[in-house]
Amino acid sequence: MFADLPLLSLVIWTPIIGGLLVLAAGSRNALEAKALALLVALITFLLSLPLFTSFDTATAAMQFTELHPWIAAWSINYHLGVDGISMPLILLTTFTTVLVVIAGWEVIKDKPAQYMASFLIMAGLMNGVFAALDAALFYVFWEAMLIPMFIVIGVWGGPRRIYATLKFFLYTFLGSVFMLVALIWMYLQSGSFAILDLHAMPLSLNAQILIFLAFLLAFAVKVPMWPVHTWLPDAHVEAPTGGSVILAAIMLKLGAYGFLRFSLPITPDASQQLDWLMIALSLIAVVYIGFVALVQQDMKKLIAYSSISHMGFVTLGMFIAWRIADNTGSMQGAGMGIQGAMVQMISHGFISGAMFLCVGVLYDRLHSREIGDYGGVAHTMPRFAGFMVLFAMANAGLPGTSGFVGEFMVILASFKANFWFAFLAATTLILGAAYTLWMVRRVVYGEVTSDKVAALQDINGREFLILGVLALMVLLLGLWPAPLLDVMRPTVEHLVQHMAVSKL
Amino acid sequence: MSFTMPDFMPALPEMFLLGMTCFILLLDLFLSERSRIVTYLLAQSTLLGALLLTVGLYEEGRALTFSDTFVIDPMGSVLKVFIYLATFLVFLYAKDYLRARNMFKGEFYILGLFGVLGMNVLVSAHSLLTIYLGLELLSLSMYAMVALQRDSLQASEAAMKYFVLGAMASALLLYGMSMLYGVTGSLDLGQINNSTAAMDGNSMVLAFALVFMVIGVAFKLGAVPFHMWLPDVYHGAPTAATLYLSSAPKLAAFAMMMRLLVDGMAGLQEQWEGMLILLAVLSLALGNVIAIAQTNLKRMLAYSAISHVGFLLLGVLSGTQAGYAAAMFYAIAYVIMGLGGFGMIVLMSRAGFEADNIEDFKGLNERSPWFALMMLILMFSMAGVPPFLGFWSKLAVIQAAIGVELVWLAAVAVVFSVIGAFYYLRVVKVMYFDKAEAGMPAISASLDLRVVLSTNSLAVLGLGLFPGGLLALCLAALA
Repeated sequence: MFADLPLLSLVIWTPIIGGLLVLAAGSRNALEAKALALLVALITFLLSLPLFTSFDTATAAMQFTELHPWIAAWSINYHLGVDGISMPLILLTTFTTVLVVIAGWEVIKDKPAQYMASFLIMAGLMNGVFAALDAALFYVFWEAMLIPMFIVIGVWGGPRRIYATLKFFLYTFLGSVFMLVALIWMYLQSGSFAILDLHAMPLSLNAQILIFLAFLLAFAVKVPMWPVHTWLPDAHVEAPTGGSVILAAIMLKLGAYGFLRFSLPITPDASQQLDWLMIALSLIAVVYIGFVALVQQDMKKLIAYSSISHMGFVTLGMFIAWRIADNTGSMQGAGMGIQGAMVQMISHGFISGAMFLCVGVLYDRLHSREIGDYGGVAHTMPRFAGFMVLFAMANAGLPGTSGFVGEFMVILASFKANFWFAFLAATTLILGAAYTLWMVRRVVYGEVTSDKVAALQDINGREFLILGVLALMVLLLGLWPAPLLDVMRPTVEHLVQHMAVSKL
Repeated sequence: MSFTMPDFMPALPEMFLLGMTCFILLLDLFLSERSRIVTYLLAQSTLLGALLLTVGLYEEGRALTFSDTFVIDPMGSVLKVFIYLATFLVFLYAKDYLRARNMFKGEFYILGLFGVLGMNVLVSAHSLLTIYLGLELLSLSMYAMVALQRDSLQASEAAMKYFVLGAMASALLLYGMSMLYGVTGSLDLGQINNSTAAMDGNSMVLAFALVFMVIGVAFKLGAVPFHMWLPDVYHGAPTAATLYLSSAPKLAAFAMMMRLLVDGMAGLQEQWEGMLILLAVLSLALGNVIAIAQTNLKRMLAYSAISHVGFLLLGVLSGTQAGYAAAMFYAIAYVIMGLGGFGMIVLMSRAGFEADNIEDFKGLNERSPWFALMMLILMFSMAGVPPFLGFWSKLAVIQAAIGVELVWLAAVAVVFSVIGAFYYLRVVKVMYFDKAEAGMPAISASLDLRVVLSTNSLAVLGLGLFPGGLLALCLAALA
């Protein structure tokens, strides 16, 4: 029954139009606006579910495709479709948006309608990024998404929000414009903006390297990879809780998704040539940023650095493919790294979102994110402490949680590539555990340090609901990752085969 | 030499404009202060009438008349239509502003209409003389319009500056034309084109002629280093006049460049390409960087206009039909966005208060969320962020530059567009992130202004979502 509906268009435009309606409802009647926002978010989530249930796991082809001419003069089409890589990310987006709307329910007092509308519009645009099969359409969504985020951080953020949001916008804008130049160049060469045509387009090595570097600028900033990561801690610290959640859970995935959709298939030879660079940057992110996280005093900053470190795993998993192929003689094993990266992306979406929500819960009560201001929270907020410890364990990669699956797969894959890669990557098991659990020890356990902590109220039903759902997802994905792996397997296999064929 | 009657039909809109303007000029003398609205309405209907005539005369292909000094072609017709539309909006936006400042006089409209006539002549010029005629008619109207606020020191200074520098630019242009005439022996652009194409391009006189002509065009466009007049004039002139200066004349200047360089000296493309590259890079760099330092919105938009000219030049210098179409698309897009931007200043100001400082937009989101959103659309569009119109126009010209293997130039352009994004974002920051100060009034503009300005901004969004039509129009006009 869902096959006839333009589902992808619906998950893109429902939240955007819904967001505009919320905006029109205005802040005069805040409750009405918020209820409308929740309704829109829920409808979007429900609309995205058939993407999963009706998904054909036997094929790597694009599904739920829609194709309409848009700008005929430049042969730009409104072309949508999903495969095993993008479909889970769309679900993650619609799911997280519901949580963000609920999380902001009582907390946002200032212009709640505009807040909710921004998130809804952002969700639609992010779905558009994942679903776009036309490079120009992709770019439009990719950039347009910055506008609501710019507003969200700037209006509802912390004290240094203006610095943070300008930095966020300009950094990501600078990264993307080079991608635009590369896309236009390829369009002029091939006469098409269709991503799948670009996949098939032959390119010389020099051209590939330049294109790869242009993509790298755009995607590395979004991921973010060391050394262009500095916008992220600023943006995270100053963003409101919902903004942090969306940033960590979804926006960071856009960069990694870009690598999978553009860099690897369009410039496979350049990716192979430059994989040392990508592996080095990834390992620096994993190890060095892990140490940086260790010394943070601000909880949000700590989780932000932890995100960068975890995203290092994602990029590592993608770019060790050729080393594995060199060692094992076939591209078969290479798929595991990419699959691990994908699982890590989804899992990190849940875990980092949950961690930021935990910090948000504390911040709403005490208006401080300093680790030093807390201590002994478990005594006053036992239920909250339980959740926080669970998510911290997942963040540290405890078996049984989703954090373990992805990390394990990537480490296993890197063993096939090179022992030292695996060794350095595996340090995260120690470092991640160190910084996360040390933070939890200081915040949650120990004696109650101050009167303020003693006066804390445990989480209410709304907060329990959000954290509970997330905890369920973290455990589910950790114990039974098979459905996710099944969905992405054909696509990853297809991608790996495609990467193995030189385009020279 | 026998006299044959020229074909008047192609110039019908211009003749209609001239007739109506003279009629309004006479009629205005007999109108009382209270019935001045008649002048306004007549001026607007003149524009609409001319628009209908131009659309009615539209046809594929080109026709020459008046001894080949006047040309009618699709590019000219499309540009003329947008000139009428832009001027129509200027008159509409300016009405309340002029009333509140006791400037609601016939002169503004008559000068405006004469300016439109000048623009039309410029757009349809096919001879050096016609170009000069149109240019002077336009320029003199604009000088006077800037000086309309007689007792304002600032406006008088701006007008003086504009006049002196403008006269110099005209002189340089004339000098270049005289040399070109000396080399080719003709004033007709078609014949000039044939003669210059046949020359080897190393002729010293020809090179000088080209340099002077490019300078003249660069001055009218406001490209660096011939931009000095632009910020001062935009800032000093009454906002109503700034609105006029910043909109339709940009289209006319684009047309003038096309007529002189492309119709007249296509054979020298290699030579003028280099000059335009220099102008484009300088305009992009200086316009975007200096705009950051501005606290006055009119000045900021003036520097932004300079940087937009840099983008526009990217399209023209590529020397391809697609590039010209891209530049035309850019010019039209810029005029639509610029009208909205200056229109917002008019909307925010009232009697005795010019809302031309960026600070005056503080906390606009609290005072008027709707117009804050409209301004947000305009600012992001000017910055070139999708899905707004400004993005597609930038994409068009960058594509033109990459199409002729100028990838480095495209890279320079996009880097400066990121730098430029900073100051547009600052306006958004002031509107959304800063709190309004006590005593900042709500917007009290009249209904027609509100509706039309909203339509203008939404058009920027709508044309951004569906840019295909406008783009196809530009491509068809230059096919």
